[in-house]
Amino acid sequence: MATPLLALAQGGGQAAAEAGHYEPFLPGLVVLLPLLGFIVNGILALQHGRASADAVRRGEELDLGDASSRPATHTLPTWIGPGVMAAAFLIAVVNFARMYGVYLEEPVIVRYWTWIASGTFTVEAALQLDQLSMIMMLIITGVGFLIHVFSVGYMKEDPGYPRYFAYLNLFVFFMLVLVMGSSYALMFVGWEGVGLCSYLLIGYWFSDREKSDAGKKAFIVNRIGDVGFLIAMFLLFREFGTVDFVPVFAEAETLAYAGGLVTAITLFFFVGAIGKSAQIPLFVWLPDAMAGPTPVSALIHAATMVTAGVYLVARSSALFALAPLSSAVVAGIGVLTALFAATIALKQDDIKKVLAYSTVSQLGYMFVGVGVGAYAAGVFHLMTHAFFKALLFLGSGAVIHAMHEAYHSTHSHEDAQDMRNMGGLKAFMPITWVTMWIATLAIAGIWPFAGFFSKDEIIWYTAAFGGAENAPYPALYTVYWIIALAAAMLTAFYMTRMMVMTFHGENRTGAEESKALHEAPPVMWIPLAVLAVLSIFGGWINVPEELQASWVGLFGVLPASEWLHHWLEPITAQAHHIQEVNLGELSHYSPFGGGEVLWATISTVAAGIVVLASIRFVGGQKVVPVAQDEKKPTGFAKVLANKYYVDEFYDRFVVQPIVGASRFCWKIIDARIIDGAVNLVGMLSKGVGWGVSMFQTGTINTYAFILTVGVLAILGVTLL
Amino acid sequence: MVTEALVLSAILFVIGTFGVLIRRNAIIMFLCIELQLNAVNLSFVAFSRMFGIEGQLFVFFVMTVAAAEAAVGLAIIISIFRHYETVNVDSFNLLKW
Repeated sequence: MATPLLALAQGGGQAAAEAGHYEPFLPGLVVLLPLLGFIVNGILALQHGRASADAVRRGEELDLGDASSRPATHTLPTWIGPGVMAAAFLIAVVNFARMYGVYLEEPVIVRYWTWIASGTFTVEAALQLDQLSMIMMLIITGVGFLIHVFSVGYMKEDPGYPRYFAYLNLFVFFMLVLVMGSSYALMFVGWEGVGLCSYLLIGYWFSDREKSDAGKKAFIVNRIGDVGFLIAMFLLFREFGTVDFVPVFAEAETLAYAGGLVTAITLFFFVGAIGKSAQIPLFVWLPDAMAGPTPVSALIHAATMVTAGVYLVARSSALFALAPLSSAVVAGIGVLTALFAATIALKQDDIKKVLAYSTVSQLGYMFVGVGVGAYAAGVFHLMTHAFFKALLFLGSGAVIHAMHEAYHSTHSHEDAQDMRNMGGLKAFMPITWVTMWIATLAIAGIWPFAGFFSKDEIIWYTAAFGGAENAPYPALYTVYWIIALAAAMLTAFYMTRMMVMTFHGENRTGAEESKALHEAPPVMWIPLAVLAVLSIFGGWINVPEELQASWVGLFGVLPASEWLHHWLEPITAQAHHIQEVNLGELSHYSPFGGGEVLWATISTVAAGIVVLASIRFVGGQKVVPVAQDEKKPTGFAKVLANKYYVDEFYDRFVVQPIVGASRFCWKIIDARIIDGAVNLVGMLSKGVGWGVSMFQTGTINTYAFILTVGVLAILGVTLL
Repeated sequence: MVTEALVLSAILFVIGTFGVLIRRNAIIMFLCIELQLNAVNLSFVAFSRMFGIEGQLFVFFVMTVAAAEAAVGLAIIISIFRHYETVNVDSFNLLKW
């Protein structure tokens, strides 16, 4: 296996590689394989639906608990779903290996056919292969593959199993279109496609009203953002006559620096990113999206789809660098969201809700990164976050799976996701416990885990950007920097709280139920272990040069200094050039003095202290199971537990007015005014007809008289 | 000469018209229509003095058509009379709104 792969990796001949030439290897297949998986799994799902409808009619019941009695529609997706992902990942790796070592200045564009040709406007169905799309491709197919494998264990007894894999494969297809498309138009295709799959998978258990409503909410909130994306695309077309990445960025600098147009374009793009990446004020859909199966939350609502907004900003770095105001807005929204969501996560009891708000918060960090011009740092955090957040979600999936079976064994209807019902699970599921602690330390920013390097870099660049010679709003960036540090401490606290409530202390599941608690099967814990390894070492690819020689870089032992920065340089070079020309050199000191090493040390030590303190603090608190918990939170804790009443606020001031206006349009404007006007015309013609019919007396003399009068009238008019 | 003929024609036509409008007896109305036709014929003949023979030609056409019309009309009137035992047109008003 390894040797042919190696040969493929060197592909296109040794000579080609030496000449700095990159030969793509079947890039279309990376996109097409998940689509193929969707088609095959979709057919199986239809077959399965028909078969189970027949079984219901015959009064039989399909037993999915026993592996030997599962029908073929249940066993085939197990191989097809993860299989196409594995193949796509291997092809992506081959392409990465071919691009590795080649300093590709211009992206390679693989054209297939012309999708839209209208006057001077053309959009080609073409894939863009460059360093950024390559990183995204590896994350999507790699993490996606692990999550597909996990799903085999998690979903095996679900009656909709083939449908689940069909949706999941379709999602990966659209996500790859999103990151590999060579124009904003193709990106928008993927953008809408992943939204559709998100909707389908959130409402996967659609017979539950609450869950299908959550799917609708995600879809509708995303639409609001998509309008921004569309307007930005129209503006680009009006200005440049094209929406392809390469020509747009080539001509980007003809726009005035900090001009109104480029600011408008980037702000509208950011509106799209706000919707997709769940930032203030459109973050409300993401916590509700947890209604979907947990592996879906891991893949779509943590690792890939929600980071599409960050990808959009990083991809458009040349435009955002030209618009300092937009960049400040991006970073500002990001840092506010990071803090806001982190505070909500402090008081959530549902394990998936904690992770959902944590995701919103971490996405905020990514936007801070791309907002302060540290595009590579934003993508770096996107990558490490994909590792540790996917791990956390899959781990919570393993916990929920075990809890669900425990309650199932006694036919209890207790909440399997509420952490108040957990506690002490480390004795039952040690592997999940260890791997989730690794992810927790990574997200908390503890050295040397992945999250430390990526988060620290973002916080550092916030300070450095504010200290640049001509920084647009230096004081603002100092505020951002302080908030980002504060939110990092909150992250350490709420994640530790989640771990302690779930795995430590007394078990609160119930004496009878706890007998059924068990470790996840290998098909589920192996992906956890792989992601845990990535969560430990993933950050080492991008150790900053200033830190490498210090203790943070283990005195030069950690490898590949700033590898990701160098890798992404062809993508970010233009933005950095614009930034340097207009803002000057970045500062090497934080707002309160001290170099990078000092603040890296302070942040990791502080996070470590918070983790240790909260283990003691939360461990000392008495937690009672949901059934016996009558104490309601009061004061500010109540506000946090109710998520600042944002949903209620939106319901009162957005949803209700729209519903009211719609009802007015329906009942008054449509039913009364429009229908009334139509009916009135009908009544009028009917009445006139009835009136005129009175002339039809049936008497010949009347007709003769009217005829005569008519003839005389016409003669009179024409002759006189 | 032509003027006098046209005046007579007009007088005859107006008499015929009023006859159709005022009388209720179907046969009288029928005769009045014939009167109108013949008033027109008189005009044709008078005009043929000024414009040529075509006017007289048309008179033959009109008389032919009038004869055919009289035959059909009288047949209808007889048929109606057999049914209603009257030729008063006020009695025939079934075809109304």
